[in-house]
Amino acid sequence: MVRAAVLRCAGTNCERETVLALERAGARADLLHVREVYGSPERLRAYGIVVFPGGFSYGDHVGAGKIQALETRLHLFDALHSLAERGGIVLGICNGFQVLAKCGLLPGLRRGAVETTLAANDSGRYEDRWVRLRVEDSRATWLPKGLVLETPTAHGEGKFLARDAPALEAIERERLVAFRYLGPSGETAVYPWNPNGSQNGIAGLCDPSGRILGLMPHPDRNTLFHHAPDWTRRSERGEGAGAVLFRALVAAARG
Amino acid sequence: MPKAWTVEVFHRDGFGDPEGNGALAAARESGLSGVDSVRSIRGYLLPAALSSTQVERAAAELLADPVGDRFVVLAPGVAPTTEGVRITVRRHPGVLDPVAGSVRRALALLDLEVERAATFRAYEFLGDAKPASVLAAVRRSLANETIETATAGAEPSDLPEDPLPRPFEKRRVPLGGLDEEGLLRISREGMLALSSTEMRAIRDHFEGLGRDPSDLELETIAQTWSEHCKHKTFTGRIELEEDGRRETIVGLFDATIRKATETIAAPWCLSVFRDNAGIVTLDDRHALAFKAETHNHPSALEPYGGAGTGLGGVVRDVLGAGLGARPIASTDVFCVGPPDSPEEGLPEGVLHPRRILRGVVAGVRDYGNCLGVPTVNGAVLFDPGFTATPLVFCGNLGILPLDRVAKGAREGDLVLLAGGRTGRDGIHGATFSSDALHAALPGSVVQIGDPLTEKKLIEAVVRARDEGLFRSITDCGAGGLSSAVGEMAEGLGAEVDLERVPLKYPGLTPAEIWVSEAQERMVLAVSPDRAEAILRIFGGEELEATVIGRFSGTGRLLVRYRGETWGDLDLGFLHEGCPRPTKRAKWTSPGGADPDLPPREDYGEDLRALLAHPDAASKEWIVRQYDHEVQAGSAGKPLVGPNGEGPSDAAVVVPVPGERRGVALGCGIRPRYGRIDPYAMAASAIDEALRNVVAVGGDPTRTALLDNFAAGSPERPETLGELVRAAKACRDVAIAYGTPFISGKDSLHNEFRAGGATLVAPTTLLVTAVSRVEDVGRCVTSDLKGPGNHVYLVGRTRPEIGGSLLLEIRGAGPGRSVPRLEPREGLAALRALARVIAEGTALSVHDLSEGGLALAAAEMAIGGGVGLDLDLRSVPVEAPLREDILLFSESNSRFLVEVPRGSQEAFEGGLGEVPYGLLGETTGAARLLVRGLEGQVVLDEPVARLREAWKGTLAW
Repeated sequence: MVRAAVLRCAGTNCERETVLALERAGARADLLHVREVYGSPERLRAYGIVVFPGGFSYGDHVGAGKIQALETRLHLFDALHSLAERGGIVLGICNGFQVLAKCGLLPGLRRGAVETTLAANDSGRYEDRWVRLRVEDSRATWLPKGLVLETPTAHGEGKFLARDAPALEAIERERLVAFRYLGPSGETAVYPWNPNGSQNGIAGLCDPSGRILGLMPHPDRNTLFHHAPDWTRRSERGEGAGAVLFRALVAAARG
Repeated sequence: MPKAWTVEVFHRDGFGDPEGNGALAAARESGLSGVDSVRSIRGYLLPAALSSTQVERAAAELLADPVGDRFVVLAPGVAPTTEGVRITVRRHPGVLDPVAGSVRRALALLDLEVERAATFRAYEFLGDAKPASVLAAVRRSLANETIETATAGAEPSDLPEDPLPRPFEKRRVPLGGLDEEGLLRISREGMLALSSTEMRAIRDHFEGLGRDPSDLELETIAQTWSEHCKHKTFTGRIELEEDGRRETIVGLFDATIRKATETIAAPWCLSVFRDNAGIVTLDDRHALAFKAETHNHPSALEPYGGAGTGLGGVVRDVLGAGLGARPIASTDVFCVGPPDSPEEGLPEGVLHPRRILRGVVAGVRDYGNCLGVPTVNGAVLFDPGFTATPLVFCGNLGILPLDRVAKGAREGDLVLLAGGRTGRDGIHGATFSSDALHAALPGSVVQIGDPLTEKKLIEAVVRARDEGLFRSITDCGAGGLSSAVGEMAEGLGAEVDLERVPLKYPGLTPAEIWVSEAQERMVLAVSPDRAEAILRIFGGEELEATVIGRFSGTGRLLVRYRGETWGDLDLGFLHEGCPRPTKRAKWTSPGGADPDLPPREDYGEDLRALLAHPDAASKEWIVRQYDHEVQAGSAGKPLVGPNGEGPSDAAVVVPVPGERRGVALGCGIRPRYGRIDPYAMAASAIDEALRNVVAVGGDPTRTALLDNFAAGSPERPETLGELVRAAKACRDVAIAYGTPFISGKDSLHNEFRAGGATLVAPTTLLVTAVSRVEDVGRCVTSDLKGPGNHVYLVGRTRPEIGGSLLLEIRGAGPGRSVPRLEPREGLAALRALARVIAEGTALSVHDLSEGGLALAAAEMAIGGGVGLDLDLRSVPVEAPLREDILLFSESNSRFLVEVPRGSQEAFEGGLGEVPYGLLGETTGAARLLVRGLEGQVVLDEPVARLREAWKGTLAW
């Protein structure tokens, strides 16, 4: 059985739904406090999946995910890299994505370089709204390419920005865009479909290995039938669309 | 003040500046002109002892984002260069700065150990505006001088100093022989809010002991006996004169609210009115803890901090219920002045309603979102009566294991204080909220919240609970340690050593430590053999926890500081010695009549005005700012329909995600009815709360209620008369419906003194309901599902437009015919609705409340993007009614239901004896069409136009 480590620190707040989503997808998930692994990152070797869940790590003081990113760079950078090299998968959701981007694990154009950020939403405030997300043709080949799924977003700082035009071009060229916001008719999204003003509608990134992945939206909040805002208009009572992504994740980690 | 390095962080050009844009919008809204743009700046202050290389490194690696930001480092004493008018906003000394603490912690990761750091924010206003007018606008809209200072210009910033220590010596307050005037002067000068009767009881008690009380003892008594903590009005004696009839009520609360709960005696009520929250059974493994609180006074002075700490406080109530419940859903209800109130007419010290609403929404947003507890349900009401005395209600629901409900400290247990440090913040909160507001209050009564610390508290407490490491717990709320320890020690005794309490800064007097209402603290009773284990859990969450004393068997509350006794109180006197006041209450039924409303040929304009009224208008602006989905229990959102545009009646949450059992959370609040008759107001609020939870699939036979009263001073017989009327309705309706109250709170003294006048908040009752949902898969929403379905109106319409939204938009006074409640009819309607929903014959359901049938129909159409063709001749009535009454009457116990074709018989059968009318059908035309009594069209509006009216008002 694939083992998943869900890392929490002060202010993480989506760890339990992330554990639920992983377990429903067939993984065995452990909730670990970062302080249990900072001193002994080799503990992560036991896991095929490491997830940085959503929340407000350290209150998002100084900037969303910023302090946890600093800690991750200091304590876990190499361990996470080698996990990906071994065929494991590192996933960051929302605040977790902010951490992976700000510590330089994503997009990973150059090892350790911080090329992107997640800045304050164009609206200037936190927003909880559902978007349409398309799985792009990216280096994360284990994802169900072309799939369009509804997913909630909930953040105040989710606007994807690349350092400069060449960085953005490289990210697109290297197929590191894993998820994009989609408009209602399949066009490039504008607000509110692009909920934060992200460049090129970029909602999620992977690294060149395709094994480190992060996204702003919350597939962990759309795994059950009653999660979608309009579920009472449908007859099926199966699962939420985000469950597909977690199954793909577990399958890919199984190898 | 110590000189400091300053790091100023800007958004990089071309990357946008949402904070600056927001500041510009807010300043313009408050009347500033001549500004083209605003640049926002985040400022950090670091000790001068650091080298410039160290500061550069801190800025580059931590404080500024390498992609999105640029930064400027200013050496100590160097002023920033600036463009335009620069306004700097700095916290007052001693005001909590949570970010500064995190900066210090994070700098340590970079091997930069600093003892002290601080943050500030600044704005550069570019354009022609003069500094003085910019500063004035910032003070009106962006900075709150209760807690911070805004200055214009480019002065260098220094590290703030700690607040000055206060000299203290053990002081006795001489009460012996004082007359009434002398006693009252001591109460007033000490902000004790004690009456002369109470002061006399204290004087007599200490005379019996042959000594005077220490200041700490007097403070402890004042906090414990405060209206806020003791609810003297609701437990005292009331001489009532109700329309000339005289009645004596001893203990209004026992005679009404508690009476209902005891009469109903529901076996699933596990703990009522005893603990920090009411506790009910969810299933065979779990219980739910439920509580709502007000935070009115603090929110009036500092809306952001007041509402945030209001939410934080009620979350700690739930965390302190039983042996700790994990918070899973929050609610919030705000009552504020009209958003279009003129700035000029506001009394000094009163913030503009828009500012208050923006502030309280942001406060709940930032606190609740960071906490990871979804805010799922609420309401906002606008009325001039709330302009000077806004009401802020926050509620929370938590889950705990069934075997963790019972609690109790034992002799020998340690007193463990866990969470945030203690400072001078929030001193006198309990007594402050037991008196009227006025312009000259000290800023120390306002608390600042730190949701990160509260989140750590939740994680630590729940883990320690699961391992069985403590025997009792309570939150440190109003009255601080004095109340928390005093309550837990009741029937036992406790000794506390105040010098052990961790402080934010030195120099607090023992009395200040004892009554400080610093946030995010809990007190636990821990058996000594578990102390090590529980301290390890708190340490693991990076949270301070300190043993500050032990529970004794002496029946005394012994408070020491550095070995010396500062207080030694008999707990019996503390808890039972408060004299029960006798208060006069008076209620006279109002005269008057409904105004004559001219009939209209077309009610489209009225309907659009109703939809645009801020009470009814879409609250999407608020809802979207709240994380209403975290924890993945969401099964019924605040906004519903294919585009998430329709209003839901109640939220549905699955407490254990993955299971099918849920809970519905809804509320009812009808202050406008209270102007005519508080009895009808309370009855209608209960019915509304129940309609809301039942409309989504809640079980009316498994519904528990919370009562939250808000009113002016109970010393005014008319105000107390209104409260008595409302409480009697609570008793009557709860018993008739079989829906027990499990917890509640009364917030009195919602008054504002300005000049010679006193502005009094309208007497208001918020009823919050939590209802069990057997299977969330059967829940329904209010958005119409498609064309060609039947539309039924369930329940009888009466000519009841008193206090209605119709009269409000017509500017026609409150009227007289306030909606009454027929409990037998109401109960039948609730049960029938629950039945048809469970049987699956209802596609969509919406309750009828403010705005009546017309508004409910419009909201269902907007939500679903589906049209309606309805006929008023089919509305169930007792006697013929006019078209405007049929459209806009607010009679209770009514629902509008969409029923699929083919299910007509099953649906009607399910309703039993409840009156209903088949009003018409849903259409694909996306118009709301209503036919009048002659079959003529009285309303024909495109749904898009209605949507526009509904969504426009609060699209801030």
